[in-house]
Amino acid sequence: MGQGGNIGDTAQLIGCPVCDELHQLSRPDEGHRALCRCCGTVLITSRDRAGINILALSVAVMVLVIAATIFPFLSIDAAGIANRVSLWDVATSFRSGLLVLVSVATVLLIVLVPLMRTALLVYVIAPLEFDRPPLPRARGAFRTAQALRPWAMTEVFSIGCAVALVKVSDLAHLEFGPAFWMFSVLSLIVVVADRYLCSWSIWTALEEAEPT
Amino acid sequence: MTRAIDAGLVTCTECASVWPRGQGTCGRCGNALQSRHTRSLQRVWAFWLTGLLCYVPANLSPMLVTSTLTGTSANTIVGGAVEIAKHGDIGIAAIVLGASVAIPVAKFLAIAYLAVSVQRGSARSPAARLHLYEAVEFIGRWSMIDVFVVAILSALVQLSVVASIRPGPAALTFALSVIFTMLSARSFDTRLIWDEHNRKT
Ligand SMILES: [Zn+2]
Ligand SMILES: [Zn+2]
Repeated sequence: MGQGGNIGDTAQLIGCPVCDELHQLSRPDEGHRALCRCCGTVLITSRDRAGINILALSVAVMVLVIAATIFPFLSIDAAGIANRVSLWDVATSFRSGLLVLVSVATVLLIVLVPLMRTALLVYVIAPLEFDRPPLPRARGAFRTAQALRPWAMTEVFSIGCAVALVKVSDLAHLEFGPAFWMFSVLSLIVVVADRYLCSWSIWTALEEAEPT
Repeated sequence: MTRAIDAGLVTCTECASVWPRGQGTCGRCGNALQSRHTRSLQRVWAFWLTGLLCYVPANLSPMLVTSTLTGTSANTIVGGAVEIAKHGDIGIAAIVLGASVAIPVAKFLAIAYLAVSVQRGSARSPAARLHLYEAVEFIGRWSMIDVFVVAILSALVQLSVVASIRPGPAALTFALSVIFTMLSARSFDTRLIWDEHNRKT
């Protein structure tokens, strides 16, 4: 990024959201990133096929979350008695009194927020990718998707499964169902998709597609 | 080096575009523009304190109630780890203690340090403090593991008289404490670190 010493047209500037340092706007070459010279925060990630990759990964996330919610997730047996549960059973396992609140939070964090976030990303990015004008309220949708980011806890939950496995191992025999493997793949996809997402590029694309 | 605040400009924290000071909303993304989140520190401390108030009962009441053929036992977070250690799994006990005791306590201390450092000043470089902040932000969500483990166990271990596991009240207070510390960390305006640093030099 160039020196920001000479402040002219603000449209030619990019500010670091983390430390407030100004830079002259210059798009990095394909495959490269522009870093803040003051704090090192990634300002722009340039990838030609980022949009289509995010779309593909988002659709995969939606399919996998829904599948993992319906199909058996984990099964257990001890002394001849067996039990199998889906992701939905796990998320709604707090049933008594105030603990229902934890069920609500769990459903939000591992099912609804990830679904909502990917749906919003598809809503925003799909028209851009196919050279159509942005859908109504696309800006608000993308802001919401970004705000939801820390609250989609898919990958945290999948590590929770591993810890539960260890805790229960001396009590009973535990087995992973198909939905568990889907969910593990899903967690990886979520991490990869987040690496492709460059918010600066999407805001720029939105602006170019539909100038305010 | 020029910062937006010194040039009479405001950076949009959402889309990184730059606008003249005084403009209310970002013309590119529609985000509310604020040169600094003025009530940032009040919000940090309010969420921090609420999180701490939830964290204390989370450690005193049971997280899991296990019923087996030999009887019923209710375990707090630390009690559960001690139980695991007695079985000989020292490594797993250490992981549980690390995730539910060491990390939350470290998070409370780190956020408090960051907030005090921008109020009172600090000898540490801004880069070091930003790394600390990024670590807190990264690690914050992972504390939910414990709540998810309780959810998985209570859903799964329902084997009539052989064994059953029920969640205890600490599951709620612990989940709340994680959520409030996440909100506390997210309320912190990192630009204040450089403001404090520039005041000194
Ligand atoms: Zn920066
Ligand atoms: Zn903006």
